[in-house]
Amino acid sequence: MARKEYAFYPGCSSQKGASASNYLVSVESMCKTLDIRMTEIPDWNCCGASISYAEAGELPRHVMNARNFALAETNLPGQDIVATCAACWLGARESKERLEHSDRLMADTQTALKEAGLAIKVIPEVRHMVEVLIEDLGYDELKKPVKKPLQGMKFAGYVGCQTNRPFGIAGESFENPMYLDKLIETVGGEAVKYDQKVTCCGGALAFSEPDKAQGQIKDIIEAAYDGGAEMIVTPCPLCQANVEVYQGQINKRYGTKFDIPVLYYSQLMTLAYGGSAKEAGLNGNVVQARKLEEFAGK
Amino acid sequence: MSDLNQEMAERYKNNFLKEIEEQAEMGEWVKMCMQCGLCSGSCPTNFHSGWDHPPQEIFMLIRAGKREEVLNSEGMYMCTSCYNCYVRCPRKVPVTHVMHGIAEYAYRIGRAPKAQPTLHLSKTFWSNATKYGRVNEVQLTQSLYFKDGLGAGIKKGLEMKDVALGLVKAGRLNPMEALGMGHKCKDIKGIHAMLAKAEELEARNKAAKGKE
Repeated sequence: MARKEYAFYPGCSSQKGASASNYLVSVESMCKTLDIRMTEIPDWNCCGASISYAEAGELPRHVMNARNFALAETNLPGQDIVATCAACWLGARESKERLEHSDRLMADTQTALKEAGLAIKVIPEVRHMVEVLIEDLGYDELKKPVKKPLQGMKFAGYVGCQTNRPFGIAGESFENPMYLDKLIETVGGEAVKYDQKVTCCGGALAFSEPDKAQGQIKDIIEAAYDGGAEMIVTPCPLCQANVEVYQGQINKRYGTKFDIPVLYYSQLMTLAYGGSAKEAGLNGNVVQARKLEEFAGK
Repeated sequence: MSDLNQEMAERYKNNFLKEIEEQAEMGEWVKMCMQCGLCSGSCPTNFHSGWDHPPQEIFMLIRAGKREEVLNSEGMYMCTSCYNCYVRCPRKVPVTHVMHGIAEYAYRIGRAPKAQPTLHLSKTFWSNATKYGRVNEVQLTQSLYFKDGLGAGIKKGLEMKDVALGLVKAGRLNPMEALGMGHKCKDIKGIHAMLAKAEELEARNKAAKGKE
């Protein structure tokens, strides 16, 4: 039996062939080393994300999350739900709080769930992968399996928004959370100081209003370079994609020469635990992390 | 004026604050605003062009009964859901959610600004996500590019070509999803039945308000 077991909610972006598929690969490798068993919630559905606000309305949004709660509770009793995506975590956790605080919402939700043959008894805890690492294992346990510290490498820990606000990681401040820097240091890297750690990447506006979002992304990358970072690290799939994939367009628009890899914390951990480039999902990075590829090959 | 808009305007007469409190999700928080402006100062998009009214202005306009100005505002759709305003508000107003709630209400009664790109994304995202239960990222992107017609879509597609190719190469974009081959839930029928019921209940609850 594994040391810890959770009901895994990967979310739409962390599926095979989807935009954060390399996040999924590295989380699987990391969890294997840490002896964490993540069992996918059978037939889970989309959380609705924040952006669906105008069309979805209140009850339909909560009902979507409630279906996942019911599926987790029925199929994986007693296990906390763990999301790797910031938006999935926020959406599901918000629905949990709202349903638990309103008898009317809960009653309506049960009525709707019945249409899909489901019901909720007790909503499981909804947690982010990072919470599991920090709270259930702790930095010392995370450090034990480190075989190859990422010595001499400088990272800008980019926390962004939705793993930080409105819920955040317990004990951290909204304005300057330290957990990501600590994770970087736990695997032997250097976390640089820079001033855009919790700035928004533009979120969904990267699609709908690219001018605005790319302006924000430019500020984040510039600050990371100014802080002396060689790479950016993040816990959020949308932060990762937005900060990575538009660098070419930003370069054209602003005359910059950005070429900075954007990694997930789970990729760093996999590599420090002795994993291969493939196990860390480095082949899934659009801006190649050459230094890490060399490091993995050594 | 759409029928629903007219009905609401008549039901609440000149009390727009009450209308928002009862009809918009989290609208009951509007009166808690003390006009300090921390929300607007914390907003990442407030420093770009296009903002007609940042949150604290929206709140004051509601209290001043400026119904059309609020419902037609682009302000709510500037929200990136970053939650800066939400965590900083000294009165604990969940500003992010209030803005979403007002946006949803304006759209529901047919008064939201036309051709608002983020509103369009919101609609597209939800219909995409609920069609198969999971988001089809390729179809989502396609429907955004082609929202202004075929020519504009092709132009946009070419602009974004390098971004897309980079993702395909990295195994993070599956072109087969364009044909509906992507990820799906098994119980799509159950999801649709569940959502239909939720929409029915929500409409009934909202219709009942303000009539007692």
